[in-house]
Amino acid sequence: MIDFIQNCLDGLMRGSAYALLALGFTLIFGVMRRLNLAFGASIMLGVFIGTFVHMEFEANRPLVALATIAAAVAAGAYVERICFWAVRRDAALASMISTFAIWMQLEELVTLLFPERTYAFPPLVDWQPIEFGEFYLRAEQLMMFVIALATTAMLHVLLFRTRYGLSLRAVADNAKAARVVGLNTGRVIIVAFALASALGGMAAFLIAGTDGQVTPLFGLWATFKGLIAMMLGGMGSIPGAIVGGILLGLIEAHGLWYLGAEYRDLLVYGIFFAVLVVRPGGVLGQSVARRIQSAAGRV
Amino acid sequence: MMDAYYISVASNMGMIAFIALSAYLLLIVGEISFGQQAYFAIGAYASGVATALWGWSFLAGLGAGIVSAALAAGLVALPTLRLRGLYFSVVTLAFAEMVRLGFEVFTYQVEIDGELVGPNGSDGFRDIRYVYERDVSDVEYMLWIYGLLVLVLAVFFLAERSRFGLVLRMIGEDPLLAEVQGIRVVRCKFFAVVAAGAIAGIGGVLYAHLATYVEPKIFNVMLGVHSLAYGIIGGLGTALGPLLGVFIDIGLLESIRALSGYRMIVFGALVALLLVVRPRGLLDERTVYAITARAQRLWSCGDATKNAPS
Repeated sequence: MIDFIQNCLDGLMRGSAYALLALGFTLIFGVMRRLNLAFGASIMLGVFIGTFVHMEFEANRPLVALATIAAAVAAGAYVERICFWAVRRDAALASMISTFAIWMQLEELVTLLFPERTYAFPPLVDWQPIEFGEFYLRAEQLMMFVIALATTAMLHVLLFRTRYGLSLRAVADNAKAARVVGLNTGRVIIVAFALASALGGMAAFLIAGTDGQVTPLFGLWATFKGLIAMMLGGMGSIPGAIVGGILLGLIEAHGLWYLGAEYRDLLVYGIFFAVLVVRPGGVLGQSVARRIQSAAGRV
Repeated sequence: MMDAYYISVASNMGMIAFIALSAYLLLIVGEISFGQQAYFAIGAYASGVATALWGWSFLAGLGAGIVSAALAAGLVALPTLRLRGLYFSVVTLAFAEMVRLGFEVFTYQVEIDGELVGPNGSDGFRDIRYVYERDVSDVEYMLWIYGLLVLVLAVFFLAERSRFGLVLRMIGEDPLLAEVQGIRVVRCKFFAVVAAGAIAGIGGVLYAHLATYVEPKIFNVMLGVHSLAYGIIGGLGTALGPLLGVFIDIGLLESIRALSGYRMIVFGALVALLLVVRPRGLLDERTVYAITARAQRLWSCGDATKNAPS
């Protein structure tokens, strides 16, 4: 029982970062209805710039976070211009393959600029692990969870309490209608991309700060985790992304404990496959997700 | 005599062409699969087990590879075919990762001549030596590859000229309209998925026997997305499209040694720009139609009455 609760705690902490990745994915998918395969690669560029700032200038952590997020946003804007803005509106497939091409490009750029296999990343905090009763938590994990929670809360305020959030939700709901009522959809989209990249950059900073290192495999890894978390919970819905992220964290934590590292990922994909087949709308389901969303929209 | 390097590049192109064609077939019926590498892997492992462990001949091994890949594709198609668009793409991705991770833990070894042979988890599957032991030269094996490729292409061309080919394209264009016309959309898609699995399986068989060694991490998602990209780059108008895509990437970019280290930066930029100008690839439907129309006009130029304006 104690193991079980400990796993749940670990999974929850990890899952909060996955939720941020999924939120970034969901924002882009929501406004574009297209998949951005370069999402992981663009935030990987961010995290490598972060580690560069850390190594070269011995910058403090907020500065590293800022550099990570700024570089991720720049890379995200690059992806948006080339793969989405420039490609014809009716060519969703071309957009997706184009993001794949840019992913390859960014990945090679990173390996050229940073030829080592791994780079050290500053830990989020230097505090001692926290023990309470039988349970044990690393301070970095807790910090990650707190920051992820705060970021999600800020995103919620932005989406549901500001004028920009309203226009973003309008574009996500029906881009054509949004244009008809006079919204500048192009600007909404580029800002949504920047926002998603900033969320991704934040998630990357938190994950790298907890793991203490970054590798060029981070891009693929982040794209997969974000995609799985988004679709587990329910595509294109904000609560879905959060639920999916935390669910993914929990499955991984329990899988690692009970089955070992070899079978953990197999379990994740097995559950993912089953969820998609049985309930394509994700765990929350499309109708449930829509009800929550419309209720939140009315507030 | 051809340089050994060019032979290996040409063989490589031929084998990758199979998986590119399999992704292309699904694109024709309007489905994006991120998971064709799974059938490539299944073909490779099944044929390797057949020839190296059970002592089957190459042709029987080829058959085993094709049948297992097609069978797996059919089994996956049953629950997943009703999923549309992105859901189908992601479910194929999940399946392919399951296959890859499954091979990471799959062990089936038999002692042959005092040595353990067979798939050994993440260490891979060594000594698929059937072709190697029979002194098949590089050139000869390349001809096997291209012989099979021509065979598959011939089927593609026959299909594209037939009513069935039109039906498949119509499903890709608008499945609802096709359904209304009385076409059994799900049945046709099922056929396409199984056939695509079999084609990818051929590629896997050829790969395993040339390399004599396969390991699960070769069959990662990069292989699948590349094969998808080849169709889009080369064009979705004809089965030659994916081949052109393979040629551009492996034949041209990988062979230009000045590009080594920067290949993906060049490739990425080229592909991104190409897709801005031609979202359905170089040989897209319109181009292919224009070319065939012109060819037909040339063909029938002797018959003046046919083209004369009335």
